Amino acid sequence: MRIHFKTSYDHDIRLFPDWWSFLVYAALVAVAVALPWIMDDFYLGEVTNVLIWAIAGLGLMLLTGQTGQASLGHAAFLALGCYSCVIFMEQGLPFLIAFPLSGILTGIVGTLIAIPAIRMHGIYLAIATIALSILADDVIVLMAPITDGVSGKFAPMITIFGIEIERWTTPDRFYWLVLAITILCTLAYRNILRSPLGRAFAAVRDSEVSATAMGIHIARTKAMAFGISCAITGLGGALMGFYAGAFNNETFSLVISITLLMMIVIGGLGSIHGAFFGAVVVAFLPQALSMGKDLIGGGSVAIPGLETGVFGAILILFILFEPMGIYGRWMKIRIWFELFPFARKDMFKRQKSYLKTERLR
Amino acid sequence: MKPLLEIANATLKFGGVVAVNDLSFSVEEGEVYAIVGPNGAGKSTVFNLISRFYQPYEGSISFDGQNLLDRKADAVADLGIARTFQNIELFEHATVLQNLLVGRHRHRRTTLVEEMVFAPRVRREERKHREAVEEVIDFLDLQPYRDKMIAGLPYGVRKVVELGRALASGPRLLLLDEPASGLSVEETQDMRWWIDDIRKQMGITVLMVEHDMGLVSGVCDRVLALADGAKLAEGTPAQVQADPAVIEAYLGAGAA
Repeated sequence: MRIHFKTSYDHDIRLFPDWWSFLVYAALVAVAVALPWIMDDFYLGEVTNVLIWAIAGLGLMLLTGQTGQASLGHAAFLALGCYSCVIFMEQGLPFLIAFPLSGILTGIVGTLIAIPAIRMHGIYLAIATIALSILADDVIVLMAPITDGVSGKFAPMITIFGIEIERWTTPDRFYWLVLAITILCTLAYRNILRSPLGRAFAAVRDSEVSATAMGIHIARTKAMAFGISCAITGLGGALMGFYAGAFNNETFSLVISITLLMMIVIGGLGSIHGAFFGAVVVAFLPQALSMGKDLIGGGSVAIPGLETGVFGAILILFILFEPMGIYGRWMKIRIWFELFPFARKDMFKRQKSYLKTERLR
Repeated sequence: MKPLLEIANATLKFGGVVAVNDLSFSVEEGEVYAIVGPNGAGKSTVFNLISRFYQPYEGSISFDGQNLLDRKADAVADLGIARTFQNIELFEHATVLQNLLVGRHRHRRTTLVEEMVFAPRVRREERKHREAVEEVIDFLDLQPYRDKMIAGLPYGVRKVVELGRALASGPRLLLLDEPASGLSVEETQDMRWWIDDIRKQMGITVLMVEHDMGLVSGVCDRVLALADGAKLAEGTPAQVQADPAVIEAYLGAGAA
């Protein structure tokens, strides 16, 4: 077990607790950068998909994991990010401007929607946000002159300083672009977590009453969480559009919203790692299933609902046996090895939580 | 001298129930003032009035010459009023250090964009917050728990962390809602020294609700006894304890 002997406040503030973990993440990034030379194009595409889901997951994680507000409407923000980025580019804006602009636009729209929505708590908020997912479909059809409705749109070629990037012809460049955006989003997320706003999010999640008494404006903080969350999700949506190549009103359906929420629960709520672990599960599950079917010799038989069924089963098993998700399990295994042989069986037993103040108002 | 906190003719009704009835009292700067009374007397309700969780039906509340009723609940902390809760309201899934740092929230000066890129100013501010929090940790002997999750801490420690979070905000007035409830004899003793030191070393005015008369008579300058939301008696701990009306409210008529 590594002991951190802290000698300055910066020990707690900096991104990595020690040199070792810095090296681990640096190595991870190095491997990720070198991936196009290691993997063939098919698997590189799959990894790109994982990263895009992870960005979208980070967005929802900030809202659900950090601030405690469930949303089943994030597919609408994926769609908004995707459509706005492509439309901006069709108007002649370069990708480097259109892309951040689409994130900002999605963030602003998210904040505006949040202002009435955050009056609701827990399951009611989740139900209310379902409406967004369903509405998004209709709005895209209704706005057909801009969005091309049911016939859909094709993602244009991305050009950055004269370098052309496209999902199929240059998968390696597209992968690097996505990787860079993933790293930037993760850094921004981490920075928010280690600053006062991130702590305010956690405060709102755990106790609104005492957060108020500490001077935190609940509605404003939640709206901010919504805004940042939607902005990141919008960026993820834009990348999803470029990854798919073509999209229409049915691309970003309610099922995507549900998948996104399940993904962060399976990965582990409230952690950056969780978004990535969950993305791996979501992105590789269809492939794993079809490989499994090939193995038992049923490759050509189509089983409707197999994917959602297996996904649902995984979710139920996680909630029953590992509510902390994959990341929580990973931490437990790590601590077991770090403490070896002193880990005790009941070490992670959930502690009883004490009575909370009765509802005010 | 004007009192630090002044409550005048405050009345609060929940439907037909009168929770606080025409209550007036004031707390002087630098004193420790306790509110006692049987269950349901309206002690915590008075705290919630001051924290602006409840809107009084009538009356006025002012702090340091400013009208508290003009402010929303989240703007009360800005004046330098910090509080604890009767049934601990900590941020369960955060460490002790993070909880105390939330107490510093009213001193946040950085904007969202600065925090996203972690600008140098954010780092400078962070160091200041941590320095302030570290002083509180020293004062309350919380070092062994600094990086522990609240969810795994025993009840007594949680009480202290909550006191620490209130202190971290650098208040002028500290509202303690039953600081000693559920604590062991030793922990209550510690709490007593801390309240003494908070007043003497930090110069913070303390208003508390407490049932433990030992603690009350040990640290308080003045005591207010409440029953059914109305003032029963006010004075030094000895005066209030000897008051026949107070004895009647606690023990019933004829007990004295």
